[in-house]
Amino acid sequence: MYEFKFHRPTTVRQAAGLLARQEEAKLLAGGHTLIPTMKLRLAGPKHIVDLSQIEGISGIEMKGRSLVIGALTRHFEVATSPTVKENIPALAELAGLIGDPAVRHRGTIGGSVANNDPNADYPAACLGLGATIITNKRRIAADDFFKGLFDTALEPDEIIVRVQFPKPNKAAYVKFPNPASRFALVGVFVSKRGSEIRVAVTGAGASGVFRVTSFEDALKKRFGVKSLEGMTVPADGMSGDIHGSAEYRAHLIGVLARRAVAAATA
Amino acid sequence: MTAVAMTVNGKAVTGDVDPRTLLVQFLREHLRLTGTHVGCDTSQCGACVVHIDGKAVKSCTTFAWQVQGANITTIEGLAAPNGPLHPMQEAFREHHALQCGYCTPGMIMAAVDIVQRKGNDLDEKTIRHELEGNICRCTGYHNIVKAIAAGAKTMGKGA
Repeated sequence: MYEFKFHRPTTVRQAAGLLARQEEAKLLAGGHTLIPTMKLRLAGPKHIVDLSQIEGISGIEMKGRSLVIGALTRHFEVATSPTVKENIPALAELAGLIGDPAVRHRGTIGGSVANNDPNADYPAACLGLGATIITNKRRIAADDFFKGLFDTALEPDEIIVRVQFPKPNKAAYVKFPNPASRFALVGVFVSKRGSEIRVAVTGAGASGVFRVTSFEDALKKRFGVKSLEGMTVPADGMSGDIHGSAEYRAHLIGVLARRAVAAATA
Repeated sequence: MTAVAMTVNGKAVTGDVDPRTLLVQFLREHLRLTGTHVGCDTSQCGACVVHIDGKAVKSCTTFAWQVQGANITTIEGLAAPNGPLHPMQEAFREHHALQCGYCTPGMIMAAVDIVQRKGNDLDEKTIRHELEGNICRCTGYHNIVKAIAAGAKTMGKGA
């Protein structure tokens, strides 16, 4: 690991100031991506800005028809929160599928969303529920937020403070985990909110999380498994590696989408 | 260098460490509490699991300064000093839930955390699912699962 200096600001404004002033500064939330990456020397930030001392960016509440989750909220808290379970049970289930219990005690929603790992679960939930990412500067629709592999719309001194999820009528997430890493080999999040249908896929896209509009159109006619019968996604644009070819991943999208719709309508 | 202070196994400890020092290094190399192991060093294997403020965490993926002021419990602090083994340790001994023993401290710390979250009546499926973050390369897990189910029951009796 390369040497670094660390900072523990107590406000988001201080943290943003540090990001703007210090060259090669990185935010630290749960640290379960950043620290392993630093060990491998794939990241070598000169400054680490630890968010753990900032009050008011953790916690879960319903605001009107939306579930609002603070950026520093741990996966364990989302997975076990009665508020999440009551309003968007699919989101609680998704959080409970991330990593393992010890990882869920540290990892945060803000960290996962900001990192935008192409195999992470939360980006699928954000896109699949039409979430809004709230930063220290603005509100960004999930549709505009995820830009590609590990790339987001965040500016260098921009910090996620909350994620807002509109409450769906129906939703489900089905994940085919890589048995070693428990990251999603493919994961599909489906939701229905009024006439808005979303099908979001993580793990498969060569450019990260994406929506399957052909599936969404089919589900608009009728939100049921039958609407997706025989439907496929082309392998073009899918990622392939030792864990699964592009064709295999494309196939899984159809299978998991049908399972997700079945779960959402059960 | 940076000053760190925390409570480890009920005792206030301090240290002056490089910011890169991981919690597991602080425990092993500075406090000489070598019961906590480093297996994979990539947050996969769980040999380094300790409790931070009562929750199981991988100490190889946490900087020592991140747990400033926290309450840490390691395998050394599970049973009372010079007292009998903790019921979960006893269950691992009773059920022969280890061969080489390398993963055992992490297994036991994870097991106690499972009981705290899921209660004392644990079925095999629950235990195996909850143990996803702890890897054992010798036992094939069967006796570990048995030991955790038994240890959980004994913990419920207030032993």
